[in-house]
Amino acid sequence: MNAPLIGARVARKEDYRFLTGAGQYTDDVNLPHQTYAAFVRSPHAHAKLKRIQTSKAKQHPGVLAIFTGEDMQVGSLPCGWLITDVHGQPMKEPPHPPLAQGKVRHVGDQVAVVIAETLSAARDAAELVEVEYEVLPAVIDMAKATAAGAPAIHDAAPDNTCYVWALGDQSACDEAFKKAAHVTRLNLVNNRLIPNAIEPRAVNGSYSRGDDSYTLYVSSQNPHVERLLMTAFVLGLPEHKVRVVAPDVGGGFGSKIYLYAEDVVVTWASKQIGGRPVKWTGDRSESFLSDAHGRDHITQAELALDKDGKFLALRVHTTANMGAYLSTFASCIPTILYATLLAGQYATPAIYCEVKAVFTNTAPVDAYRGAGRPEAAYVVERIVETAARELKIDPAELRRRNFVRNFPYQTPVALTYDTGDFQATLDGAIQLSDVAGFAQRRKASEAAGKLRGLGYAAYIEACGLAPSNIAGALGARAGLFEAGEVRVHPTGSVTVFTGSHSHGQGHETTFAQVVADRLGMPIENVDIVHGDTSKVVFGMGTYGSRSLSVGGTAIVKALDKIIAKGKKIAAHLMEAAEADIDYDSGVFKVSGTDKQKTFGEVAFAAYVPHNYPLDKLEPGLNENAFYDPTNFTYPSGTYICEVEVDPDTGTVRVDRFTAVDDFGKIVNPMIVEGQVHGGVTQGIGQALLEGCHYDTETGQLITGSFMDYAMPRAEDVPSYALATRETPCTHNPLGVKGCGEAGAIGAPAALMNAITDALSIYGIQDLPMPASPQTVWKAIRAAQQKAA
Amino acid sequence: MYAFTYHRPASAADAAALALKHTDGKILAGGQSLVQAMKLRLASPSDIIDLGTAKDLVGISQKGNQITIGAMTRHAAVEQSAEVKQLIPALADLAGGIGDRQVRHMGTLGGALANNDPAACYPAAVLGLGATIQTNKRTIAADDFFKGLYETALESSEIITAVTFPAAKRAAYIKFKNPASRFALVGVFVAQMDQGVRLAVTGAASCVFRVPEMEKALGAAFTPESIAKIHVSADDLNSDLHAAADYRAHLITVMAKRAVSKALGQ
Ligand SMILES: Cc1cc2nc3c(=O)[nH]c(=O)nc-3n(C[C@H](O)[C@H](O)[C@H](O)COP(=O)(O)OP(=O)(O)OC[C@H]3O[C@@H](n4cnc5c(N)ncnc54)[C@H](O)[C@@H]3O)c2cc1C
Repeated sequence: MNAPLIGARVARKEDYRFLTGAGQYTDDVNLPHQTYAAFVRSPHAHAKLKRIQTSKAKQHPGVLAIFTGEDMQVGSLPCGWLITDVHGQPMKEPPHPPLAQGKVRHVGDQVAVVIAETLSAARDAAELVEVEYEVLPAVIDMAKATAAGAPAIHDAAPDNTCYVWALGDQSACDEAFKKAAHVTRLNLVNNRLIPNAIEPRAVNGSYSRGDDSYTLYVSSQNPHVERLLMTAFVLGLPEHKVRVVAPDVGGGFGSKIYLYAEDVVVTWASKQIGGRPVKWTGDRSESFLSDAHGRDHITQAELALDKDGKFLALRVHTTANMGAYLSTFASCIPTILYATLLAGQYATPAIYCEVKAVFTNTAPVDAYRGAGRPEAAYVVERIVETAARELKIDPAELRRRNFVRNFPYQTPVALTYDTGDFQATLDGAIQLSDVAGFAQRRKASEAAGKLRGLGYAAYIEACGLAPSNIAGALGARAGLFEAGEVRVHPTGSVTVFTGSHSHGQGHETTFAQVVADRLGMPIENVDIVHGDTSKVVFGMGTYGSRSLSVGGTAIVKALDKIIAKGKKIAAHLMEAAEADIDYDSGVFKVSGTDKQKTFGEVAFAAYVPHNYPLDKLEPGLNENAFYDPTNFTYPSGTYICEVEVDPDTGTVRVDRFTAVDDFGKIVNPMIVEGQVHGGVTQGIGQALLEGCHYDTETGQLITGSFMDYAMPRAEDVPSYALATRETPCTHNPLGVKGCGEAGAIGAPAALMNAITDALSIYGIQDLPMPASPQTVWKAIRAAQQKAA
Repeated sequence: MYAFTYHRPASAADAAALALKHTDGKILAGGQSLVQAMKLRLASPSDIIDLGTAKDLVGISQKGNQITIGAMTRHAAVEQSAEVKQLIPALADLAGGIGDRQVRHMGTLGGALANNDPAACYPAAVLGLGATIQTNKRTIAADDFFKGLYETALESSEIITAVTFPAAKRAAYIKFKNPASRFALVGVFVAQMDQGVRLAVTGAASCVFRVPEMEKALGAAFTPESIAKIHVSADDLNSDLHAAADYRAHLITVMAKRAVSKALGQ
């Protein structure tokens, strides 16, 4: 009948809305009698709050109320993941009050909130709030955070250490190193990033006296989780009295997973002022200061190899920055989502990883596109490439010698890879990027006074978060299933409710393709609803490339129930046995006959049940499903990057970028390509441009605007060469693995491998990210001076 | 942003009168610098005098070997002007490399010069070509106009009305972009004029400046090689996250050489 929808490049249903300015973002929500909030933020990285004087500010025209930490005695913003340290002790969990209590701990920390009739009145009054600080020495540099005598940021963590945690068999690893023919060592910094979604965080909270309920519009990736954390942990409200709506959201990249102080404060404040809605839209400066940042690791890695280049062991020590407070998922990023990925695509028999998480007087650090997995891929792929160079083995060949080839494969770091074909993606990438022609291209570059380098990255990631029982055993304080609901209307069109949340991923199209394909109906007859706790039964939200594999599977399970019930109805209508009914392309058929009923006829019968087995079957056609995955999914792939370096200026130009990914089954190749484009571009951003810098003495954010924080732009990236190889995931019915984060996971290592390859003539082995022109130029100059 | 009173003068003269009256006010041109400062609450003018309605400040006209550009002429108009492209292509090229499309359709020549951002592009062309700045009061030579960090010879309430650029025999601008802002980390404008060579550097120090040693060498031989060994001292150059002074000093020579090559059509 219809052409198959799975695998089709269906134009996005949401594009018309977004491209014509018809999207509805939180800041577009304006409610009657709305008021505006402005936050008083700390100008100091670390200080005691001596006195807050609000009397002058309160007199400012239009001001309705001003609240400080003293006024707002509520629960702490919780951390959703408990890490147990090497001594079996729980991590240090210092309180994270929505408004500072007695002390501020990073520049931008919330000190007070002003509620006023207009935004400018709120801002004017915020400037009139007088805060007396006793400035304390700040801890900015991670390496110094745990040094003896470092000032303590929290009483609960006197040595500024949140936990020291380890994974893997240390003694097996140490033994392997003793037998190694070669050891490659590398010290790596994974640079701190500021996510910078186009839409800044925003929230509009209101309390209704009529029914003692709250409604919160918020730019969030997971409204149900936001509600759960806010009601159960911070404000102690009945969950059913709070509705959270995350309407159109202009990008998240992880930074909108968390429960933020501002969300809680405006919700709480609305009730204090008698129920008028309180709106806050962060400006870009506030985003820089107060959104959770990403990455920020310092790592020492060692790889032991035998004489044939087989990996024997990998030993990794990482210090990870938590910032000033534990954000919602901060603790699991450099542990559960990092150390578990250190096997990469390789059958390394012994791996040991130790992670020390430290507090500093900087903004909280949490998941950012990839979340732990980019950091792991960076360690593995940088050290593998470096080993290849040291041993003078072709880097592709060294990888081939060590690939995991038999699945399922149990890694020494707690994961079981279900499928993959690492050789296929590597070979595909080598062909697509024309590695064979590289030597020729290098010559041409050299003739023009440029240096050319080529770098690989063969990444793997664990996505589809997550089997709840495994996550729970590892410390998760939440389940990680997903919910879906399929509502068939009497005329046969369908509304699907999903607990996943789309903030740029195109779920309204991809999910509709899955549904329309399964039901054999035009995609126009299917709409996807997400992002509203009053419409969607439940949801864990979107992050960790989980939407299609977990959220999509929940929908498939609900669809199965719809079809099963439809068969019962059809059997009755056609006076046949249920077992004889087949469903195909939108039609219920009695097998072996020409008797049939369309999906629409069956739906109509369900809602107008005149001829219906009411004694055996409920009327209506609406089904729910919850799905908890049995394993993670494991997208993988090979990226090959070619750069040209201008040695006179240090400028790196990305000339070619090839990505061959295995995302399992692909529903919409166009959307997948878009995800890879975005991810790779963010990866290039990390490697070449982006880097968050604080003044190491004062803790002032130096990169506090786009004047200093370098975002990647179209002119910085080439046209990408993309391809996929499909090894379907074995444990979800769609066979999908997820594609949202891959680009950001694989790209940085490919780039840095290419740049160091180009600079190898100077003997340069490593460079810090971002490899800015100045960084490259300085490295070249230092190497030249050393040689001279 | 703080509240302010908004004025829409019909001419440069009206604007000047308003500026004289409202001493805590500000002239608004394209708003690409001023509005940002106001949004960040770093500027709080009592009055805004919007030159956007002053019709006599817009336009490009050619007279012999000179081009005069009205202060309110947008960067995009300079970029696309047939006269400018024909007589001083380096100037059109420079204008076309400022910011992005949106910025180029709002930002103005007068605003850029009055603002005198140390990393702005136009000051390099004005100084490099030895242009003349006309105000509502007087004519100021480029060499006397740029005084220091965000500082110019303009008196308070003095308004730039136009700038006259002489044509060069050869000229070129090269901008090495700041990776974040894409303003000039180091920008070099070189021009071979009838009277000799002028070379102006922007982005590198607190204010645009000329490099007499390079000008002399290029006067003798207009080739990249002739300045390859001339280095500007790092002592007075800017240092920031993206470029320390020594890197900027190095880039000046590299960009100057490339500007000369570009002027030679290489
Ligand atoms: C994203 C972005 C990128 C940019 N990139 C670049 C770049 O790469 N290179 C570059 O050179 N510039 C760049 N700019 C600056 C921009 O091009 C403008 O030149 C600059 O903002 C000033 O011009 P304006 O017309 O916007 O002036 P405004 O912002 O309106 O005014 C600036 C100042 O000049 C004063 N002023 C304006 N006109 C006059 C006048 N006629 N007489 C007296 N005083 C006056 C105002 O009072 C104010 O103090 C960028 C700007 C942005 C926002």
